[in-house]
Amino acid sequence: MTKDNTRQQMLSPVRINSVEEIAPGAFLLSFPRNFSFSAGQVLKIALGEHDSPRMYSICSGENDPEITLLFNVKAEGSLTPHLSLSRPGDTLYTSLPFGSFSGDRHKAWWIATGTGIAPFYSMLRSGLDEGKTLIHGVRSLNQFYFESELMETLGERYIRCCSREQGGKVFPGRVTDYLSRLVQFPEESKYYLCGNGMMVVEVRDMLIGRGVPFTNILSEIYF
Amino acid sequence: MKQPLFGLTLEELAAIARSLDMPAFSARQMAGWLYARRVGSIDEMTNLSKKARFLLNEQYEPGISQPVKVQVSADGTKKYLFSTGSGKFVETAMIPEEERITVCVSSQVGCKMGCLFCMTGKQGFQGQLTAGEILNQVRSIEEAGRVTNIVYMGMGEPFDNLPEVLKSLEILSAPWGYAMSPRRITVSTIGIIPGMITFLEQSEAHLAVSLHSPFDEERKMLMPVQVAYPVTEVVREIRKWDFSRQRRVSFEYIVFRNLNDTDRHVRELARLLNGLSCRINLIRFHPIPGTPLKGTDDHTLQQFKDKLNERGILTTIRASRGQDIYAACGLLSTKELSS
Repeated sequence: MTKDNTRQQMLSPVRINSVEEIAPGAFLLSFPRNFSFSAGQVLKIALGEHDSPRMYSICSGENDPEITLLFNVKAEGSLTPHLSLSRPGDTLYTSLPFGSFSGDRHKAWWIATGTGIAPFYSMLRSGLDEGKTLIHGVRSLNQFYFESELMETLGERYIRCCSREQGGKVFPGRVTDYLSRLVQFPEESKYYLCGNGMMVVEVRDMLIGRGVPFTNILSEIYF
Repeated sequence: MKQPLFGLTLEELAAIARSLDMPAFSARQMAGWLYARRVGSIDEMTNLSKKARFLLNEQYEPGISQPVKVQVSADGTKKYLFSTGSGKFVETAMIPEEERITVCVSSQVGCKMGCLFCMTGKQGFQGQLTAGEILNQVRSIEEAGRVTNIVYMGMGEPFDNLPEVLKSLEILSAPWGYAMSPRRITVSTIGIIPGMITFLEQSEAHLAVSLHSPFDEERKMLMPVQVAYPVTEVVREIRKWDFSRQRRVSFEYIVFRNLNDTDRHVRELARLLNGLSCRINLIRFHPIPGTPLKGTDDHTLQQFKDKLNERGILTTIRASRGQDIYAACGLLSTKELSS
């Protein structure tokens, strides 16, 4: 990132185009794209100009006409319950994109839990899917967001893990359970991890323990 | 369930006094008992009326808790373990020096930040500490009342729990609180810029930043926060503040063998911090289970320090303390969690 981070994170108003519940408690929010970004970058979002903003990965592709954000409603949260009730035309405050969890054309594994799929979906929609394997862990089968498109694009390189329900070709268990059964991990591959901090730390430790250089692991943690 | 009084600001105590029809001045009286006189019960607040104490006792409690475990190092360093309920623990270190007693407090239970070299990160994030729980780590240790310095360098990222950390800083430095000089308090961050700015605006305490590598790609592998808040931006923000007088900024730098201890790092650190009134604290790495990282040897460490000093960056090596008692932050509480 070369631009001043402070300026990048100042909030400006945008008009919401749509808010759609795509799975129970999970929403996709969109607004017009009036800036360019690199897939994997984040935005700061708030409903009021002076509210304390939260960070979300951009979910849409670099050339999509709209910016979309994927979020779960956290019942006790100060933002998402209100965000989920927003209507087209409502005002949302957003920063410019920032962050360097950026995809490239190298061979890589994308490993996500829950809404941590967002930056990888953005990378995929930005044409960075070649040579990528995506492992997505969720609790319920209906949390495999964008499943059809991911299956169509990635085929066998799209691995779904579900810890509380079983179905079809879905691996029954957590991402770490799936990874622990693999015989080897390509050392030359890059590994991108995105999701809750505990998953990221556990997967990172597992990869390092199995011989992957830590310099090949890039993590993004929700905070 | 009764609410704790310890950790409340004067304003919050005044609101309680109003709600119980107590005189306005009783807020200062309560603060005096809680912080200066360190009482353990509401009944000991003897300059409050009996009725006021009765009413307070109905809804409130002091909110003090004693450590559940203490380990003492051969060098005098102590590690205290406090329970925060539901089988969760935080660590507090007490480091005695010639004229000083420094207490290293935790600000969160566990941590979200996932730094590669940190044991606390392996616990994941388990919760925020209240201002009372942060201050209790100073209030309830054997050395309470003799503490000269406080550093927020224990478990957790202080600026990920900013409201409670700021509240605790207010109570530590306020005349009605512990009346401690903010120049004896240091808050350490991995570089969450918005929180850091608010802290710099609202507190006079010293700032410490975990640096560990001046290179973007390398720091990203060590510290996921670099993805969102690059250290160059952290330093750019720090340059806007005056650290040439009494307030200090320092940079913590754990030195890893063959990773961040080269001449290239010396040059880049000198370039990054050029002209900034600051200090680098070099820290020996105490290996944690499963880490691919190794600490550098003493000779390289000394050379690294000398080279930075030669380039005009004031650099010191932090003495390792309490190595025989799970000194690395997070080890003791992780052991307790899993036992």
